[in-house]
Amino acid sequence: MSEARITWIGGPVLKACATGPFSIFEALAVGERRLLGEVIQLRGDELVAQVYEDTTGLEPGVTVVGLERPLSVTLGPNLLGGIFDGLLRPLSLATDYQIQPGAAERVFARHRLEFTVRDGDTLSAGAVFARTVAPRPQSLLVPPSASGRVEALVEPGEHRDDETLLVLVDDSGRRHELTMQHDWPVRRSRPVRERLGVNAPMITGQRILDTLFPVARGGRAALPGGFGTGKTVLQEALAKWCDADVIVYVGCGERGNEMAEVLDEFPQLEDPRTGRPLAERTVIIANTSNMPVAAREASIYTAITVAEYFRDQGLNVALMADSTSRWAEALREVSGRLGELPGEAGYPAYLSSRLAEFYERAARVTSLAGAEGSVTIIGAISPPSGDFSEPVTLHTKRYVRCFWALDRQRAQARFYPAIHPLQSYGSDVQELADWWKRSGNPDWLVQRQRVLELLEAQAHLERMARIVGRDALPPQQQVRLLCADLVNEGFLRQSSFSKVDRFCSPPRQVAMLSVLLHFADRANAAVAAGVPPARLVALPMLRQLQRLGEEFGEDDLLRLRQLPRQIDYEFDQLQPVASHAS
Amino acid sequence: MQADLLLENAVTRIEGPLLFARREARVGLNAAVEVLAGNGPPRLGRVAALDETSMVIEVLEATSGLALRGTRIRLHPEPLLFGVGPNLLGRVFDSVGRPLDGGPPVAARTRRRIEGLAINPAWRALPRDFIETGIATIDVMNSLVRGQKLPLFSAGGLPHDRLAAEIAQRARLRGTKGEESFAVVFAGIGVPHDTADQFRLAMESSGALGHTAMFLNLADEPGMQRLLAPRYALTAAEYLAFEEGRHVLVILTDMTNYCEALREVSASHGEIPGRKGYPGYMYSDLASVYERAGCIRGRPGTLTQLPILTMPGDDIGHPIPDLTGYITEGQIVLDRELDRRGIYPPVRVLPSLSRLMDAGIGAGFTDPDHPALAHQLFAAYARALRVRVLASVMGEQGLPESDRRFLGFGERFERQFVHQESARTLEESLAAGWAVLQGLPHGELTRLSNAQIGRHLGEAAHA
Ligand SMILES: Nc1ncnc2c1ncn2[C@@H]1O[C@H](COP(=O)(O)OP(=O)(O)O)[C@@H](O)[C@H]1O
Ligand SMILES: [Mg+2]
Repeated sequence: MSEARITWIGGPVLKACATGPFSIFEALAVGERRLLGEVIQLRGDELVAQVYEDTTGLEPGVTVVGLERPLSVTLGPNLLGGIFDGLLRPLSLATDYQIQPGAAERVFARHRLEFTVRDGDTLSAGAVFARTVAPRPQSLLVPPSASGRVEALVEPGEHRDDETLLVLVDDSGRRHELTMQHDWPVRRSRPVRERLGVNAPMITGQRILDTLFPVARGGRAALPGGFGTGKTVLQEALAKWCDADVIVYVGCGERGNEMAEVLDEFPQLEDPRTGRPLAERTVIIANTSNMPVAAREASIYTAITVAEYFRDQGLNVALMADSTSRWAEALREVSGRLGELPGEAGYPAYLSSRLAEFYERAARVTSLAGAEGSVTIIGAISPPSGDFSEPVTLHTKRYVRCFWALDRQRAQARFYPAIHPLQSYGSDVQELADWWKRSGNPDWLVQRQRVLELLEAQAHLERMARIVGRDALPPQQQVRLLCADLVNEGFLRQSSFSKVDRFCSPPRQVAMLSVLLHFADRANAAVAAGVPPARLVALPMLRQLQRLGEEFGEDDLLRLRQLPRQIDYEFDQLQPVASHAS
Repeated sequence: MQADLLLENAVTRIEGPLLFARREARVGLNAAVEVLAGNGPPRLGRVAALDETSMVIEVLEATSGLALRGTRIRLHPEPLLFGVGPNLLGRVFDSVGRPLDGGPPVAARTRRRIEGLAINPAWRALPRDFIETGIATIDVMNSLVRGQKLPLFSAGGLPHDRLAAEIAQRARLRGTKGEESFAVVFAGIGVPHDTADQFRLAMESSGALGHTAMFLNLADEPGMQRLLAPRYALTAAEYLAFEEGRHVLVILTDMTNYCEALREVSASHGEIPGRKGYPGYMYSDLASVYERAGCIRGRPGTLTQLPILTMPGDDIGHPIPDLTGYITEGQIVLDRELDRRGIYPPVRVLPSLSRLMDAGIGAGFTDPDHPALAHQLFAAYARALRVRVLASVMGEQGLPESDRRFLGFGERFERQFVHQESARTLEESLAAGWAVLQGLPHGELTRLSNAQIGRHLGEAAHA
C-alpha cells in the first residue's frame, strides 16, 4: 500500500506528498484514526484528497495510506432494517450518542444460510449462491466481477459474515473466495444484462400520483418544493406504502429528527403485502445536515449502489433521496475548495452530468444472472426560496419522467399533498394505461383526462370569477367549478396522518374517481335541464363527497361503490324548475 | 496531553481577521489559539489551515491594534473548548463564556468542544411532549414540543423580543407544576444593550432569573464573536440538558446578525460568494447550530431552540429565513400588517408551521379533536384571505353569501383568536378556536367530521 505525508490541510481538503503510486478516486485512510478520504487530483508527487470526516487535529507530516481501491461499500445481508452513515458504516446504539470521527470497531453479524448450489456447479457473475433464513430471506450474490466453478463449499447453517463460504475457480484458474458480502465502488453502476422498458407503475397509494402522475417501476421522479411544502412527509409516505420490495431511504443533508422518526415508526408499521414490519424492507442512509459535507456528496452514490444490489437479487427497489439539492450543494462546496471555476449559481459545470449519471442508474433490468428487478428513484429538490428556475431543478427536469411540483399556497392552506396538478406531469401515462386495463379499469386514461381538464378549466374560470363574481358565471361553468372543487377536496386531498386515508389502493382510487365523475355527469345533466347551480351546492351528500377519502377507507369499498345510487337518488329528487329560485 | 506552547515573533502577515504565521511548533487543524499583544486580554482564534512551514489563524475577535512585532501566539493542543459545570445558571457571560457579572469563573466539570459533535440519529428520541406557551396561534395551530427547534421569523420593529420572553417565562408542560428542572439559555448575538436588559428584567420579574444563563455579544462588540456566542451558549445548554437532565429552552437572537458576520468572515477569506453574498456553506453552518436541539434516548433532559431572526426587507425568500426554514422544524412568522392593526402577537398563521406538531397533539397528548380543529382553522382562514382579496376587487356585496361568511370569519379569527390580551390555557385556546368557527356554514367545514361538528359547533351538520 502506498503512503503519502500531509503537506497542507484546510477544512476537509488536504494535499500530500506521495512516496508510492496512487490512483485517482482511490480511497484513503488518513492519520491514526484512519479517517476515510478519497484522492481527487494527482499532480506529480502531490495528491489532493477530500476527507469524509472531521479533520480537526490533523497536521502536516501525518501519514495517508492508499487503500488500493476506489471508495467502496460492503453489500450483504446486514443492510435491511439498519441505519448507516453516508459511507454505509452502521450508526448503532453501541457507540456514544455523539458521532466520533474515525473508523469504529467492526462488528460482525451471523446469519443462517441455505446454499442453492453444490460443489462443482458453475456460477456466472451475479448469480445467487445461497439464501439467508429468517427474519427475512435474502439472496447472496456472486460479485459481478467473479464467476467460475464452485469448490470448498462450507456446511449450511449459521456463519459469520466475514467467513469464506465457497471458492470459485474461473477459467484462467483464478480463485475467488466468497463471503456473504462483497465490496462495490459506489461511483460505478453495477452491471446488468439488459435494460427493460416500462411495464407497470410503482403503486404509491397516493391518489394524485397513481391516478394523475404515475411513476413507472424503474422510473425517475423529482419532487421539488420550498421548505414546509411536504417533500419529506411524501417521501416517507411513499417509503411506507409503495409496493416496492425494498426501500432505500437516504436523508441527505436533512434533519436528524426525521431519521429518528423513520427509525421509530417503521418497526411498528406493518407492510400490508407481507404482514412483516416495514423496517425489515428498509435501509436508512443518513448524512444529516450537521454531519460532514464531503460524505454528503458520497451518500447519494452509496444509496444508489445499495439499491442496485437489491435490484440484482430480482427485487423492485425504491430509492427516496431527500434532498438532492443538499447533495448538489455538497458538490459545489467541494468544487469551491478545489478552486474549480464556478458555473450557474456557483455550481460546478459538471452538475448536470452528475445529475444525469445518478438518475440514469434508475431502471428496470434483467440482472447479470437473469433476474428481473428495478430501481425507481424519487428525488426531492429544495430550491432556494421555492423558485423552480434554479439550476438543480432545471437540470433534474431534463432527466426525470415525473415532476411532482409542490405548491406553497396549497401547503399553507394545509391542503396535502400540496402537489400542484397543473405544474406537475408524468410522462409514461400511455404505457401505464395497459396496466390499469389489466387491473380492471379500462377507462383510466379517459377518466384521468377528464380530471385534468376539469382542473385546467378551474384555473381559468377562477380568474373569470375574480372579475365578474362566481354567481355571474353561466350555470354550466358554475357546475364545472363545483366539480373541480370536489375533485380537489374529495380526491386529491389525502392526509398522510389519517389512519383511514394515508394509503389508497388502486381499487379504491378507481371507485372514488367513478363516484365523483358520476356526480359530475349528473350535475352537468341537471343544469342542462334547467336546475339552478345553487341547488346542487345544497345537495346533502356533497359534504360526504368532499370528505370521501376520510369517510370511506379500504374496508368500505362496497359502501363506496353504492354511492352512485345515492347520487342518482338525490338528483332524481331535484325538480328542473325550482319552486324557490335563487 | 501536550502542553500549551508560546510562539514569539512568528506572525508574518495580518489580513482582516486572518493572521499568517510561521509554524514553529506542532499544531493540528482547528486547534485553539490565543493571540497576545501588549497587556491586553488574550484574543481567541483557531488554526484554519496549515502547511509544512506556515499556518493561517482565524482570529475570532477584533484584530485591530495587532502588529507583526510583539504579537505572541499561544497554541493549545485542542480545539476551542468551554469548561462547563454546576452553577452556570443565574450567570451572565460574554460571547466566549467569560463572566460579565463580576462573579467567579464557572468551576469546570467537563470541557466540551464548542462546535459540538453531531448527534447520532439512531440515538435521538422523538420530541413529543407538548409545551403550553399560552399563545393560541402556537398552542392550537403550530404547537411547540420539547426538543424542537422553532424559530421566530420576524422583522425590524416587530415585538419578537417580547414574545420570546413571554414564551420563556411561561413555557411549561401541561400537568406539571414546576417540579421538573428547567433552564433558559439566552444568547444575544449582536443585540443592543436594551434588548439584553429587557430580557433580563422579564426573567427577573417572573422569578426565573436563577434558572437563566445569558451569553451576550452586544451590538458594539466585534462581529467575529457573533459566530461564537451561540456555540458557547449551546455548549452550556447541552451540558444542562444532557448531563444535568434539565429541560432547556435556548433563545438565539438575532440570527440575522450571525449570518451577517458569517458573510463578512467568508469575504475576508476570499471565498466565492453565493446567493446575496452569503457563503455557499451557510446552510451547513446554520445546521451546525440548529441541529444541536433534540432529545436523546435514555437521558432525561431536552434542548429546545427558539431562534429569532429578522427577515431583511421583510422577505421570507431571503437566504437567511430560507435556509433557516429548510433546517428548523417549522417557523412562527410575525407580520407587520397585523402588528399595525394592533393585533398581538402578530402571528401570520398561514406561512407558520410546526413540523413536530403531529407527533405531540391529539388523543393521548392534548385533545382528540385538536388536529382537526387546527386543520379546519387553517383551511378556513386561507379561504377567508382569498375572499378578502376578491372583496377588495368587487366589493363585499358582489360576493355570494357563503363567501361573505368567510369574510366575517377572517375578521373574528384575527381579532378574537390571534389577538390575546393575556396568556391562555390550552383549553381556553381551543375554545377560542371553536368559537370563531361558529357562523361558518357547516357544509363547508370539510376538515371536521359530523361528530366533531356535533360536539363543538351545535347539532348535526346542515348546509
Ligand atoms: N401529505 C401530507 N399529509 C399531511 N400533512 C402533511 C403532508 N405533507 C406535509 N404535511 C405537513 O407539512 C409539514 C411539512 O412537511 P415536510 O414534508 O416536512 O416539508 P418539506 O420536507 O418540504 O420541508 C409536515 O410537518 C406536516 O405537518
Ligand atoms: Mg424535508
